[in-house]
This record gives sequence, structure tokens and C-alpha cells, in this order.
Amino acid sequence: MLQNVRILSVLLAFFPALAWSEWEVNMTRGVTDTSAAIYDLHMIVFYICVVISIVVFGVMFWSMYHHRKSKGAEPHPFHESSTIEILWTIVPLIILIVILVPATKTLIQTYDTAESDIDIQVTGYQWKWRYKYIGQDVDFFSVITTPSDEIYNKAEKNPNYLLEVDRPLVLPINKKIRFLFTSNDVIHAWWVPALALKKDAIPGFINESSTKINEPGIYRGQCAELCGKDHGFMPIVIKAVTESEYVAWVAEQKALKQKEASASQKDWSMEELMAKGEEVYNKNCSACHQPTGVGLPPVFPALKDSPIALGPIQDHMDIVFSGKAGTGMSAYGEQLSAVELAAVVTYERNAWGNNVGDKLLPADVEKLKGGK
Amino acid sequence: MKLARPLPLALICVAMFGFGFLLVPIYTVFCEWTGINGKTSGAYEASTAELNVEERTIKVQFVSNHNANLGWPFKPVEEQVSVKLGEKRQVMFNVINPTNAPVVAQAVPSVAPSEAAPFLHKIECFCFEQQDLLAGENKNMPLLFFVDSDLPEHITKLTLSYTLFDVTPEADSLAQR
Amino acid sequence: MTTQVAETGHDDHAHGPAKGITRWLFTTNHKDIGSMYLIFSLIMLFIGGSMAFVIRAELFQPGLQLVEPNFFNQMITMHGLIMVFGAVMPAFVGLANWMIPLMIGAPDMALPRLNNLSFWILPFAFSMMMVTLFMDGGGPNFGWTFYAPLSTTYAPPSVTFFIFAIHMMGASSIMGAINVVVTIVNMRAPGMGYMKMPMFCWTWLITAFLLIAVMPVLAGVVTMMLMDIHFGTSFFDAGGGGDPVLFQHVFWFFGHPEVYIMILPSFGVVSQVIPTFARKKLFGYHSMVYAIIAIAVLSFVVWAHHMFTVGMPLAGELFFMYTTMLIAVPTGVKIFNWVSTMFKGSMTFETPMLYSIAFVILFTIGGLSGIMLALAPVDFVYHDTYFVVAHFHYVLVPGAIFGIFAAVYYWLPKWSGKMYDEGLAKFHFWVSFVGLNLTFFPMHFVGLAGMPRRIPDYPLQFADFNMIVSVGAFLFGTSQLIFVFILIKTLRSGKAAPQSPWESAEGLEWTIPSPAPYHTFATPPKVD
Repeated sequence: MLQNVRILSVLLAFFPALAWSEWEVNMTRGVTDTSAAIYDLHMIVFYICVVISIVVFGVMFWSMYHHRKSKGAEPHPFHESSTIEILWTIVPLIILIVILVPATKTLIQTYDTAESDIDIQVTGYQWKWRYKYIGQDVDFFSVITTPSDEIYNKAEKNPNYLLEVDRPLVLPINKKIRFLFTSNDVIHAWWVPALALKKDAIPGFINESSTKINEPGIYRGQCAELCGKDHGFMPIVIKAVTESEYVAWVAEQKALKQKEASASQKDWSMEELMAKGEEVYNKNCSACHQPTGVGLPPVFPALKDSPIALGPIQDHMDIVFSGKAGTGMSAYGEQLSAVELAAVVTYERNAWGNNVGDKLLPADVEKLKGGK
Repeated sequence: MKLARPLPLALICVAMFGFGFLLVPIYTVFCEWTGINGKTSGAYEASTAELNVEERTIKVQFVSNHNANLGWPFKPVEEQVSVKLGEKRQVMFNVINPTNAPVVAQAVPSVAPSEAAPFLHKIECFCFEQQDLLAGENKNMPLLFFVDSDLPEHITKLTLSYTLFDVTPEADSLAQR
Repeated sequence: MTTQVAETGHDDHAHGPAKGITRWLFTTNHKDIGSMYLIFSLIMLFIGGSMAFVIRAELFQPGLQLVEPNFFNQMITMHGLIMVFGAVMPAFVGLANWMIPLMIGAPDMALPRLNNLSFWILPFAFSMMMVTLFMDGGGPNFGWTFYAPLSTTYAPPSVTFFIFAIHMMGASSIMGAINVVVTIVNMRAPGMGYMKMPMFCWTWLITAFLLIAVMPVLAGVVTMMLMDIHFGTSFFDAGGGGDPVLFQHVFWFFGHPEVYIMILPSFGVVSQVIPTFARKKLFGYHSMVYAIIAIAVLSFVVWAHHMFTVGMPLAGELFFMYTTMLIAVPTGVKIFNWVSTMFKGSMTFETPMLYSIAFVILFTIGGLSGIMLALAPVDFVYHDTYFVVAHFHYVLVPGAIFGIFAAVYYWLPKWSGKMYDEGLAKFHFWVSFVGLNLTFFPMHFVGLAGMPRRIPDYPLQFADFNMIVSVGAFLFGTSQLIFVFILIKTLRSGKAAPQSPWESAEGLEWTIPSPAPYHTFATPPKVD
């Protein structure tokens, strides 16, 4: 016994990662009826495959053992038999049909067209997701929150490493939810294993898919289609709650929006804008332009001493607001609030040795957003 | 070795090239015919005859997106309307160009479920042509549509999405920046 | 006609190889060109493999340690492209060059100058593709499937070089394929009807037709990309009325037959090797031929099973699910035929046989996971995860690469006139076998547990298996150095090989001396 423990601990030393995870080897059964059906289908096919391989490999290993030359086996010169050849064309066909019946049923189930209770537009951005609750006036971006220190191994990784976002997608249970997928730039794919739902988000097109979650909980997923540099860093987090909690949450979101609007009318001081700006910058800009503003030339230009950050404030604002065509710089006009936009522009003009000295007020941004 | 039958070989080459060349139009026609990718067809050639309005109603949802590099507010004025099948309805989409330069935008429609795409007919749409937006312009753009009465029974709600693309000619966009 | 060609060939080339470098630059000899193809593909295997090392080293532990995500994406892209177009395909063309004339009793390939050209394009194409890694903005970073618009609007500037490189590779493959078709159709020895051809020639004939059919499609799709990037068209840009999904349809219309291009010649090799070492004729020759043809035909109507999640209508999903499942039938027939060839034979287990048996077992595992992937509803979960990575590596590594190893060990005595070291070769096999399974089997588990492919860093629950996978990959990769050592040792100090080193090998290639003379079958042999 003691010896076993000792061996185990030696093995553990070899696999420091063992402490982090359970040895997950199979698909999750998920929390929706569809995901359970898919899981069952997966297991049926898996067992059929196991049986087929046992038969095929069984015959093969048996003949490899018994029909060896070293055992004195003589070759039997048969090399054709129409009966058996027809037989092993028909039998696999039958097996396939046996598999296809439940597969077709499950597929039709995933194409359920009954009317939905909630519609959510999911838009993929390089590299974040945007969720818009249609008809609810709730609309936000969901961005990864794993600190770069954890990614670059300077800090210990938390259990939800790479699977945590600032604002999860909150969904009620037992309601039919219809997702409309689209993309702002390249093709992304929205995937949450617990819902067995994966759908491509294609720029210019919408795709739909629906789900009905049975159990409250937090379900995590990731982008599943290579979408550029930070493809591995755009997780999805769903918080499934009861209906009453959901209603409360929606109300809270609306209140938050009001508060934000009033915040932009306030007269912000330079210090407040710089502090807020640094926070916004590190969350949204530092992946490309780097925390010290030096960028990753030539793809991601430096902001430190850049003509834009030191030039007229209106042009600087335009680029942050509308992005720059043909580059990785996307438009932040809708991604950030007026306060955040004003703060980050102010920050970029006055940080890392940039010293323009001017500031942008949230109220001015608000004006811009509404057109002149 | 003599080249056997040059004419059929040449014809095969021409046919292969032709097939490659026609791949895109064939795909477009195929998609419009089956509605495979949710693309809607162009302007509905309205016959002057009165449309057959039915009692069955359907919810039509409007969603808007924009492609990268456009931070513009662009949204439907109404997010959802209920229409009778065959009933003409006009809705508005609002767009604001917050930049200090004129831009040209193109809206690209898409329908979900894609099965419904062939049944949504647009009589007038801002997506039929490119939209010029002056600096700071705030504009309402109309869409006049109806849903065909042949729409399959099981569809009770359909979504029409517009994605706004910046198609400002290259030279202009360089001049403005 | 065949006789005529053979005789003129005899008169013109009754001399040995040229001296020095010109022998290799200007050669029109199928054996020289075959060797060059094989050596080229071995070099590419190591370049592509070292990229896999970078990938696996980065994925050894969670977190970013060695490379930045953008460089990681360039590595996965280049690894895929180099392995597919640089390692596997040229190796098969090399085998075709060496063996098809020897197997059908022809003096050379039908179009020898074209043959030279189709090889010499490759080094330039791959140099061009690989220098993109050193360009401003880096090399292609959009995956070997280069989905638009990531590979058009959002691509680094080097994408133009990538497109041109793909065009050159495509041209090379088409020329190689035309050469194979013309050779097999016109230059078979008198008496060798189609149904008497060795299985390797049959598989290559079908492969060549697939290549001729789909390589122009690949050229078409990259040309459309080029137009979109530089000439203002919008094939794949929704803003101008195009459709990014169209890219995927066109790409996979090329891509699916392409995966059969990478496996059919291996089927051929295994169908040569197993009968030899089972000392029994191949079971069900006719059904084997029909099965290959069926696979080739079906491969044109299954492409969208790579795209189950793009949002196809139900009817489309059902159609592609059914046709894909249907492919299992002819593939099953082939596997059953190989097993029955072994059944009641008199087997010995030399290295080529070991590779062939491993091929049958591991390819079957890959085929079975293929059946699972073919089911559209379950594919919604499997799609773009490591389960897919495991699947296609299980069919390509033990499929294509093990097939090539089997071929090399089987025919090396004929090519070089020397026997390889059997003990070392078996060691190479067992290390490769263990390394391969250690690498690719756990990928099934992480895939099912939810790890997406093409990510440079992963959540913690995938850490253990990824570490095992990386260890396996290092083992598998390093063990290929043994292969190089065996090759060098054979060429330098191998024992002389007899004309037919295998006890019951059949075929015209074993009727000529070892090593095969520079010119063979100047007068066509008579096949009865």
C-alpha cells in the first residue's frame, strides 16, 4: 500500500498538471434535451464501432497468431468468393442504416422550428463576443478576463483559466432561446459543449440555432473556428438562471445603462479619465498595442509617439470610433461607452511619455454618437 | 505517339474552363433557388394585381450589424413587426455617420431561417443600392416588403438581418484620413 | 504502339546517367526523378515535423511559453501545407515514378521531360512558401484550409506569395498526374490488361484522375482569392455581393478528393505488401478495384460534411451525411479483403508487413472515428475539436506515412540493391508505432472533453493529455531520425540484395536485377 502511494507520488511529480484536472475522456451529456440526444447517439455509434473493431481485429489477430509461417502454416490459395464479398457489402450497409435512423431523428430534433421565447443576436468580433437581446434593449460585449500574467506564466492560473469573461450571457432555464449568429469581421464559431451547440458566425449572413436549458448553472465554451491571432482567447460563459432571476437581471441591465448615460454628462477630471482610460486600455487595446504602447510593428503600430495620438484629437477619436479599414484595428464606437471612449483616447494621448495634455469629455463623445 | 482526337480534347478543356468560370453564377442561382444561405433575391417585380392578403400573421424581426471598421449606429426603428401574409409593410432603418467625412455604405441582407428566404419579397429596399452618407448625417432608410402566402406553415417568425459594409472607394477614404 | 515507344527509348538512351549535378537537373529518367521526389519529401517531412515540434512544445503546458499566438498560427498553417503538399503527395509521386514503369513493364514514364519539370517546380514553390515566414507581417496564419475572409481581407501581405506557391504546386501535381495516366493507359506491357495490373498501379490511376479533376479547383479558389485581394472583386466578400461560405464549398470540393489522393496510393502499397508476406494472392482483386473506383466517385459528393456547422438547410445536412456514410461501405470492403488475405496465409512479419498491418489497424480506427464524424448531429459537437485532429492524423499518419514507409522498406532492396538492417527497421517501426499512438490517441479524449483545434493555449482541464500528446509527438518525431540512419546505413554498407528478396513477391519489378539498372524493360516483357 505504502509503496503504491510512493509510486503514485513519483508519477505525480512527472505530471504536475494532474493536480489541475480530472482525466476527462468523454463528451459531456450536457444540460439540454438535444445535447442528451446527441450524447446518446454518440455512445451508440461508439459502441457499434467498438464491436466492429473487435470483430475485425479479432479475426486479424487470430490469423496473425495461427497462420504464421513460423508455426508451419501453409497458405490456402483461395482468393475470391462472390458470396462472402456480397455479404460484407450488404452487412455494413445494414449497420449504416441502423446508425442513420437515430442520427436522422436527432438531426431533425436540432432543427426544431417551434417559436422561441427569447431571441439573442450573437456577433463574433476579433476577439470577443457581443450579445444583443432582441427587443430588450440589452446589448453588451463579453471579453476574456484572464490576466496576461496568468497567460504568460507569471502568476498561478486560476481554475477557470481562459474560460472567464467580464459579462456572461445570462439565460433563463426552461425557455426556448433562439440564437442568431453573425460576425463583424471573419468567420467565428460559437460553441458551448454543455448545450451541444456549435454554429458558425459568418460576416454578412445570419445563422440560427436554438436551445432550451434544463438546469441552472454556469456553462463555458470557446470559439471553434480559427479567427486570427487571439482565436484561443475568446471564451463564452453562460449563466443559466431561473426565470425570476433572469427578469431581475434584465431590469438591472437597463438601470445600469441609465446610470452610464448620466455618467457621461458629468464633468470628468483629467485624473479620473486617465485612471479609467488605463483600465479600458488594458482590457481592450493592450493585446495588440501592448501595455506600454509600443505595439507589435509592423502589424500593430506603436501608439507611443505616434502621429495619431499626438495629432488632432478629432482624428484620434475617429480612428478609435470607426477603426481603420484593412487592418486589425476594429471600430470601438459601439463596443465602448462614451465614458470609456473618452477615457481611453485621453489616456493614449497622455501616457507612456505622450504628452499632448488635452482631454476628451464623455459628453463630446455622446454628441458624436448621435450625429451632428 | 500521335495525339488522338484533338477536337474532343479541346472541347473538354473549354468545358472545364467554362465550368470553373460559371461556378460563381451557378452557385448564386442555386442558392437563390433553394435559399440555402439565406440570401434574398433582388427587387420583387411587383405585378400590378392586388396581393392576396391572408389572415395568417407572421412576426418579422429586424436586426442590424455592421462590418468591421464601422462603428456607426445603425438600427431598425422597429425591432419586430407582425404582418399578415401578403400584406405590404414599410419599415425604417436609421443610420448615423458620426465621422467627419462622407462615406458610402452597402447593406447586405440575410434571412433566418434560410428556408424562409425565398418567401420574403422586397419591393423597395435601401439595400438595392449603395447609400451615400454625408459627414454627420442622420438618415432613415425605407424598406417595403411583404411575405409570400406560400410560406411554410411551421414558420411563425422570421428574422431579416442587414449588415452594413463600408464600400467607400479606396481613393476617397485615403483622402479623408 | 507500346512496342514502338519502347524501342525508340532504347535507341536514344542506351547510355548510363550523366555525370555530376546535371544528372539531377536535366534527368528524364523515371528512377532519378523518383529518387529526387522521395528525398524531397523526406526533407519536407522533417521541416513539417519540426513545425509540429514547435506546436507541441507550446502546447506541452498551459500558458504561452515559447511562441506568440500569431506565430503559432503560422506554424499550424505551414505544418499542414507542408505535410500535405510537400511530404505526402511528392512521396507518392516518387513511388509512382519509380514503381509504375517497373510494374507495368514500361521503359520509362510516357512524358519524361514533363516529369522533370513537374519535380523541379516543387523546390521553388516550397521555397517561396517558406520565405513568407520571414516577411513583414509573417507567413500564412489562417490554417491550411485558409478560409476566407481570414485569408483575404484579414490576411498578412505575404498571402500573395502563398497563392503563387499553391499555383505552382498544383501545376506540378497536375503534370505528374497526367504523366501517370498516360503511362498506365499507353505503356503497359503486351498482355497486361487493366484487370491484371498490380493494385498499386490501379490506385495510382484513380488517384491521378482525382488529381486532374480537383487540382484545377484548388487553382480556381486561390485565383478567386487573388482577385479579391488585388483586383477588387468580391467572390468571398459579402459587402460586394459575395459569400464567404462559397469559399468553403469550392475549397472542400477540392479538399475531400484530396484526402483520398493522400490515401489511395497507400491502399495500393498495402495491397502489394500483404499478399507477399501472407504468401497468398490478394483476396478479391476485382472488388478491390471496384471499391477504389466507388471511393473516388463518392469523394466528389461528400464535401460539405466538412461544413456541417455553417448553417446548411436540413436537406443538405441529410444528403451529405448519407453520402458520407456510404463511403464506409467500399472502405470496409477493402479492409475485409486485406484481413481475408491474411486469413489462412503463411505469414511472416518483416518490416514492410509490420507497417502494413499497423496501417490496417490504425486506418480502421481512423475510419471508425470518421463514421462518428459523418453523423451531422454529433458532428456539431466534434467539429473543429481535437477529435477531428485525432481522426485525420489517424488516417493520414498511419495511412499515408506508414504506407510510404511500408513501400520504402519493401522496394528499397530493388532501388538500392542493398538490404536494410531488419533489426533496426523493426526498432524504427515499434518506436514509431508507440509514439504515434501516444500522440494521437489522447487527442480523441481532449477533443471529446471540449478542446477546440488551432489554439495556442488551453484551459487547465486539458493539461494532462496535452502533456502526454507532446511527449508522444517528441518520441514519434525523433524516431524518424532512425529512419534516416537506416537509409544511410543501407546505402553505405547494406548487404547485397538478391533479385527478389521477398520469398513470394510477385510482379514484374522482381524480374529485373537488384539494384534496378538505369534502363529497364527496353524490350517490353510478355505478360500472360
